[in-house]
Amino acid sequence: MENFGTSLGLFWEFIKANPIFCLLAFITILSALYVVTLRNIFHCAIFLVLALFGVAGIYILLGAEFLAAVQVLIYVGAVSILMIFAIMLTAHLASKRISQNNEQTGIAIFASAGFLMVSLGSFAYSIWRVQTTELPENNTLEIGKLLMTDFVLPFEVVSIVLLAAMIGAIVLARREKS
Amino acid sequence: MMMAYLALAAILFAIGIFGVLTRRNAIGILMSLELMFNAVNINLVTFNKFIAPEGLTGQIFAIFVVVVAAAEAVVGLAIVLLLYRNWKGVDIDNINIMKW
Repeated sequence: MENFGTSLGLFWEFIKANPIFCLLAFITILSALYVVTLRNIFHCAIFLVLALFGVAGIYILLGAEFLAAVQVLIYVGAVSILMIFAIMLTAHLASKRISQNNEQTGIAIFASAGFLMVSLGSFAYSIWRVQTTELPENNTLEIGKLLMTDFVLPFEVVSIVLLAAMIGAIVLARREKS
Repeated sequence: MMMAYLALAAILFAIGIFGVLTRRNAIGILMSLELMFNAVNINLVTFNKFIAPEGLTGQIFAIFVVVVAAAEAVVGLAIVLLLYRNWKGVDIDNINIMKW
């Protein structure tokens, strides 16, 4: 019990030392839980937007400003709008009061809690070589230079992937002439 | 501090696993997948900041993950629309034509 008290005290100290991180993490985790448990799938999409905003804030805390902007533009602006469109196009299920979860809830809780325990344990028992140097200033400039020099081949390949996905989506979703 | 970020990513990934395993709606499964992608990205950026801060490889990988996830969402939602058109519903439990 004493042990629990000291760990709770440490936790409180951590919250007082990093209030912004704790707020963002709380928002992200709570809305992620809503995403997987709410019945109305439309509300799930709205909470997905909130969770993605929280992750963008985490990126800013980690010094990845460009990635935060990409997150807001692509995820919040594009992917979630796509999700909402798909929900509205397949609508009549959304308002029903049936459960959106299947009968595997127990085993799914077991599986995800097991994953969480294994990964947290492996984090705690690993030895990390934490560096004290900081990220370079002008992150965005460095990322642009790297994308045009060292990573130019993956950059081009990923644009072909996007083109293929676009054509594939058009071909799949097109209504066939009867 | 690094442990806190890693723990947040692990919790997000576990929530995503739970969603993928329990959702009936195909769009719900895709949304849980997006949560898992975000957890992986947080991990990449965290290791970039704390373990290898001299390069920006982790952030660039995270950008590629975001782009590929967008492509995946597009194709996945097109398949969901096609399923809805042919089966009159997006309930994954009913769509078992490829089971034997």
